[in-house]
Parts: sequence; C-alpha cells; structure tokens
Amino acid sequence: MQINKLQVEAIKSGTVIDHIPANIGFKLLSLFRFTETEKRITIGLNLPSKKLEKKDIIKIENTFLSDDQINQLAIYAPHATVNYINEYNLVGKVFPTLPKKINRILICPNSNCVSNHNFITSSFIFKKDKFHNINLKCQYCEKEFSKNIVLSYQ
Amino acid sequence: MRNSLYKKSIISINDLKRNELELVLNKSAVLKKKSQPNLLTNKIIASCFFEASTRTRLSFETAIYRLGASIVGFSDGNNISLKKKGETLSDTIAVISSYVDAIIIRHPQEGSARLAVEFSNNVPVFNAGDGANQHPTQTLLDLFTIQETQNRLTNLNIAMVGDLKYGRTVHSLTQALAKFKNNKFFFISPDTLIMPNYINDMLDKKNIYWKRYKNIEEVISEIDILYMTRIQKERLDSTEYTNEKSKFVLHTTTLKNARNNLKILHPLPRIDEIDRDVDYTPYAWYFKQAANGIYARQAILSLVLIKQHL
Ligand SMILES: [Zn+2]
Repeated sequence: MQINKLQVEAIKSGTVIDHIPANIGFKLLSLFRFTETEKRITIGLNLPSKKLEKKDIIKIENTFLSDDQINQLAIYAPHATVNYINEYNLVGKVFPTLPKKINRILICPNSNCVSNHNFITSSFIFKKDKFHNINLKCQYCEKEFSKNIVLSYQ
Repeated sequence: MRNSLYKKSIISINDLKRNELELVLNKSAVLKKKSQPNLLTNKIIASCFFEASTRTRLSFETAIYRLGASIVGFSDGNNISLKKKGETLSDTIAVISSYVDAIIIRHPQEGSARLAVEFSNNVPVFNAGDGANQHPTQTLLDLFTIQETQNRLTNLNIAMVGDLKYGRTVHSLTQALAKFKNNKFFFISPDTLIMPNYINDMLDKKNIYWKRYKNIEEVISEIDILYMTRIQKERLDSTEYTNEKSKFVLHTTTLKNARNNLKILHPLPRIDEIDRDVDYTPYAWYFKQAANGIYARQAILSLVLIKQHL
C-alpha cells in the first residue's frame, strides 16, 4: 500500500493522523503537545477530502502514539484515522474511540473549579445523558457539561 | 460488618455505597446513646478552614473532642501565613499531612477536597464543604435524622422546598436517598430555581418517582419529610421575590393536613422561610437535626481512623 498519493510529503516511518476536521489540526498540535519534540512534523491544512470536503492532516516522523493519545483525539476528531508508516508503507490503521477519561488537554468551564486555580491538570470522564449526548464530568468539581461547552471553552 | 471506610477519604456522598452509609448511621446511633471519649485518644486531626464556617467547624471540633482526639488548624484562610506567602493548596496539604492523622478541609473552590487527597500522602481527608459542590457530613447527618425520626430510609415521601438549583444540600441528599428503595421526591421551588437536570436524569435512570409542585399545601398530606432550604434574595429579581416568596414559606397553617410522623428539616441558617411559630409544633426538627451533626461526624471520623469496631 502506497500513501504517496497524500498531498503532503510522504514520511518514511512514523504516524499520519488523517481525516482531521479542517481547522482542528493546528489545535491538536498544541493541545497534544506534538510540537514538544525534536521529531520532524509535517502539517497539511484544508486539503481536499471525499469524506469531509476539507481536512487537516498531521505527520510525525519516527513517533508512534499511545492508545491513550489516539483515543483522546476522538473528542476533537471523531472520524480521524491514525496510520502507522514503515518504509513508506502503511503497516497499521487505528480508529480512535472515545476514552473513559480525558486528562490535561481540556479546561473546566467552572471558573470556581479548583483545577483552574492550581498547578494541576484537569481530568474529565465521559458520560452519556438520556438523549445519548456526550457529556464531560469534571473529576474535581463534579460538574457535568455538554461536550461542546467544554470544547468551546479553550 | 467489615469497616470498608477505614483509611478512606470522605469527599463526596457519591463515593459512599449504601452499605457504607448504613455503617455510618449505625455508628452514629451507637455514639449518640453512649459517648466513647477514648476512641481516638492519641490521634491528632487538622481542621483546615480556608474560609470561615463557624457552625461546621464547631460541630467537627466538638466531635473530635468528644472522641478524645486533639486538634490543630486554623479557622479562616485569609489570616494564615500560608495564604499571605502565596503557598499553593497542594503544598499546604502535603506539609500538614506529615503532622496529623486526618485532615478536615473547608475551601471556597469546588474540587479542592479532591485535590487535597492527591497530596495528602494517604492521610484521610474529610470534605467540610468545597464551594458549591459537596458537604458529605451534612448529608450524613440529614440521613441519620431521617432514619431516627422515621425508623427507615426506604418507602419515604420527601418534599424539598426552596432553592433547589444552587442548594447543594438537597442535591446530595437526593443522591443519597436514591440509593435506598421506594423513596419518592416532591420538588417545590420557583421556576428559576428548579432541581438541576443531572439530578432529575439520575432519578429517571433509576426509575424513581419525582415531580415538581407549585406549593407546599399541595403535598403536605402525603409527605414524611419536609426539607426546607433558604432562597437567597439575590437569586430572584425583586418582584419575583415578593410574588413568589409566600409559596415557599412555611407557616403553622400550612401544616394543617400534615401526617403525624412528618418532620421538618432545614440545613440552617434559617432566615424567614420557616415561621417562628412552627418551632413550637411537634414537626419542627431542625435544631435536633443540627445537634445530630456531632454524632454523624463522630461516626465518620472514628470509622475512618479505627479499623476494628465493636
Ligand atoms: Zn471542574
């Protein structure tokens, strides 16, 4: 399987996160601290996509994400695919699934939550309400917020 | 009964299982009958009140003295050097935990007690109120009082009145009573201060009866417990306050059709939501409820700090 058809430079070995909704790619880079590395990173923004019309793409050389990291992507990019590349060949493909818990990357919308006032990281668990909407419950202040409220609170 | 509370931090009423709640209630009853001042001799407990709350503090401290333990601590976070020097909550807790056998914490920020546990090096933490979030010992004393007056925690009709939106005591009490079978909930509040969705959803999920009512008279002949709370003036606009207030104020006339076993509870302080005349009826139980706080707190402290109980 060749992935040279992708419109950004192919990588020899590493991870390609594909099908990221347009405009989210940049956010993922900083939220997941992908840039805090010496590894070579390529990012493509607003690329054409059959699935999404427009998409972003991130390639990180010689790096493989942990299952936890992959699943945490699901909250921002539910349709993302994570491709593992070796010698320019696709050797694995993973689809993120929502994790039970999400640490560090979100901010609690409750301004009086202790997680916003101390040098600690946030921690949320996922919950579904009776309409099957996804909610996030802060592990500190125990408040539950709809996913969109938490995501727009960055 | 095995003491599963030993060495556990008491942060949220949601963390306690039904059998653990029962364990605390049984112990509260034992301690109410017979004071056991030697239970916690040699234990030192830190009472860390980062915000003033005189009644809760005195209740905890009385419970500690009645168990024979000693206290260190502070009663107002604004006047302690820790705050003036800008130390973080986590550092403060890490240091204090090396001095004592347990830490009681009251703090204005939600989640602070949970944070304290992460830095207390396995020294148990008791949440004495974290902002608008949890105050588990209040709920324990509420449960103890309900059980004491009704001889059960099942098959009860409970009305909750007043500020159901911001009143954390009614949220926690509903969550706790939902762990016991066949309780029904009657919620009475202004439209702007109704029970939050997450509580109603939880009740729905467990198939527990709950309904909103407009005033106390509608339900008075059906209920066993009338749990009153205070509506803060600033929560309603002034015309709404004047118009609505009367529906949520309890007078002796409101009690005309009450059941004999009805007991009126209130977390206190009361302002004017319970008429003073009600105090002289056999239904008024709020001062006895407050007194029960000592026994409930003695119970939870001793269960967490001593493994074996006779
Ligand atoms: Zn929070």
